[in-house]
Amino acid sequence: MKAGSNLEKILSAGHFAVTAELGPPKGTDVETIRKKAKFLAGVADAVNITDNQTAVVRMSSIAAARVAIDCGLEPVMQMVCRDRNRIAMQSDLFGASALGIRNCLFIAGDHQKAGNHPQAKNVYDVDSIQAIAMAKHMRDEKKVLGGDEIEGEFPLYIGAAWTPLGDPLEIRPLRLAKKVAAGADFIQTQAVYDVDAFAGQMKVAGDLGLLDKVKILAGVIPLKAVGMARYMQKNVPGVTVPEPLVERLKAAGKEKAAAEGIKIAVEIIQKLREIPGVAGVHIMAIEWEHKVKDVVSGAGLLPRPTAQ
Amino acid sequence: MASHGIEGDEAVAASSAKVTGFRPRIVAFCCHYCAYTAADLAGAARLEYSPSVEIVRVPCTGKADVIHILEAFAAGADGVFVAGCLDGDCHFINGNLRAKPRVALAKKLIAEAGLEPERLEMFQLSAAEGDRFRQIADEMTRRIEKLGPSPAAKGRAKRTDTGASK
Amino acid sequence: MIVAERKPYDEIRSLIGPYKKVLVFGCGGCVTVCATGGEKEAEVLAGQLRITDAKEGVAREYVLKTVERQCEREFLKEAQAEIEAADAVLSLACGAGVNLLSEAYPAKLSLPAMNTTFLGANDSPGAWVERCRGCGDCVLHLTGGICPVARCAKNILNGPCGGTHDGKCEVGEDVDCVWSLIVKRLQALGQMERYREIVAPKDWRPGGHGGPRKMVKEDLKV
Repeated sequence: MKAGSNLEKILSAGHFAVTAELGPPKGTDVETIRKKAKFLAGVADAVNITDNQTAVVRMSSIAAARVAIDCGLEPVMQMVCRDRNRIAMQSDLFGASALGIRNCLFIAGDHQKAGNHPQAKNVYDVDSIQAIAMAKHMRDEKKVLGGDEIEGEFPLYIGAAWTPLGDPLEIRPLRLAKKVAAGADFIQTQAVYDVDAFAGQMKVAGDLGLLDKVKILAGVIPLKAVGMARYMQKNVPGVTVPEPLVERLKAAGKEKAAAEGIKIAVEIIQKLREIPGVAGVHIMAIEWEHKVKDVVSGAGLLPRPTAQ
Repeated sequence: MASHGIEGDEAVAASSAKVTGFRPRIVAFCCHYCAYTAADLAGAARLEYSPSVEIVRVPCTGKADVIHILEAFAAGADGVFVAGCLDGDCHFINGNLRAKPRVALAKKLIAEAGLEPERLEMFQLSAAEGDRFRQIADEMTRRIEKLGPSPAAKGRAKRTDTGASK
Repeated sequence: MIVAERKPYDEIRSLIGPYKKVLVFGCGGCVTVCATGGEKEAEVLAGQLRITDAKEGVAREYVLKTVERQCEREFLKEAQAEIEAADAVLSLACGAGVNLLSEAYPAKLSLPAMNTTFLGANDSPGAWVERCRGCGDCVLHLTGGICPVARCAKNILNGPCGGTHDGKCEVGEDVDCVWSLIVKRLQALGQMERYREIVAPKDWRPGGHGGPRKMVKEDLKV
């Protein structure tokens, strides 16, 4: 066991894992976290706590993750490379560990241009692959990047993101290979709607020998409306929403589109379970946390197994 | 005299210019091969055109530089125009094509400096178009009469009416 | 070369505000190459300033002078008389030139007419693009000659990130994803094994994060 987190135990035992996502408040209101946590309790094996997502200032992932623990959830802390240099990252990782956080996902982070402080100086001292290698080094060599020994234990289950359908397409499995080589234990992908295309990339990953080395959770974002589907098609890199799905939402009409979106998400999960190497799903229903239970139960994934 | 519409406005401007005694000073950079020749033709054909226009002959409008335009305004010109050949007719192949973006830039620069960008314009015509030259000269003059004296022309003496070139 | 752009006109007006005799000081170096701060541009700026002065009824004298480049004391010396005679020097040089001007003539007020931006190359007539960040530890041999430090919005050395959209960067449709370009180039050069290697975290000290930099050629010291 690298960290002994619930997520790690579930995945190691071979169960099909479920993770969800929770966005911290744009301020200090802890009540928002508590409310969202209630919807997610018992529905996911671990819950990602985003880190200033889309470069909009929110309560830090590390603080919100601790609140999540107090609410009975297991958090997957997220750490972007945009806002912290290697000193702050390692320091925050120590703090996270001390606070009982056992999972962390390392990502580059959206450029600050997209957020509410475009004038900020961005950091990007290390990139996500270097951050993964750094975290692994801290955990397995018990040393910080600069060489000093770490005082105390540093258990961490290391996560990375993958955009399997991003362009250039043929590079994406290679990049996954780099993340795995750097030390990623688990992967959470960008939202999958085109399951066949995703399966194609998973096959390439398999051919590269990656599926034995890392646990991949496929991303699922339930669609609420036609507008949302169009937005994702146009604006989210690496996400393709096949027209037939959009047609289904249209046909359902405004009132019933959300319910159809849940249905589609459930179908996608069922198809994903068939793909070799898919160890679970990562459900990102931001600001729709109360619907995650419908998706998970619809896919026959409740109750969640308890880890030994 | 009509009191509405563009023609009416210009007529009003012209008559009020007569009343205030404002005779615009307009510098025209005219290329030798087309615009200057057209102006010459207008003169030879006894076509009356605005006496406000003072012609500066250049070998090609490509020679007229942003700095020349700025210096004209700095010296007190109320308006400036650059007149050159039609696309494809430039004796120096593409001098007129170089002039166009320069005039566009100069409009921005005079606007920054505090003058109305309409005080500057680029026109294109052929050597045979004497009447077109007359039209351009008169159009610019009406435009400048409407705008009034250049804000940068304070303090210079008003030119007396010497009549059109006859 | 160094690319710099003229400051907004109103900002320049406020900089020269109280001064009665201003040296509009052009530079024959980089800013001449990108047509923003050379002799011609100094003349144009002075022309504009004269127009506005006439409009506002301000009495002010402008002196024009351009030297080979302002980042060299030897050339600044050529303008000594004009510099010393002016109330203020409005320099069209890049920041390096303005700094040196201040060091060479500490009693004289040097005002920057330019915003110095990047190290660039001329891409096509009238267009200059950023190509180097001066990171002091060049990795171009690893990336087929295309720089991820200068051209990746996230300085990623193991790219691309997940924000690439149709070969463009998430910061703008007109910005190429440099990692898409690098990958294409490595493929064309048959150097994809470079891509598979994990590039370690960068030492940013040579890139200026260790403090202001200096380069000395011992053989040239007198």
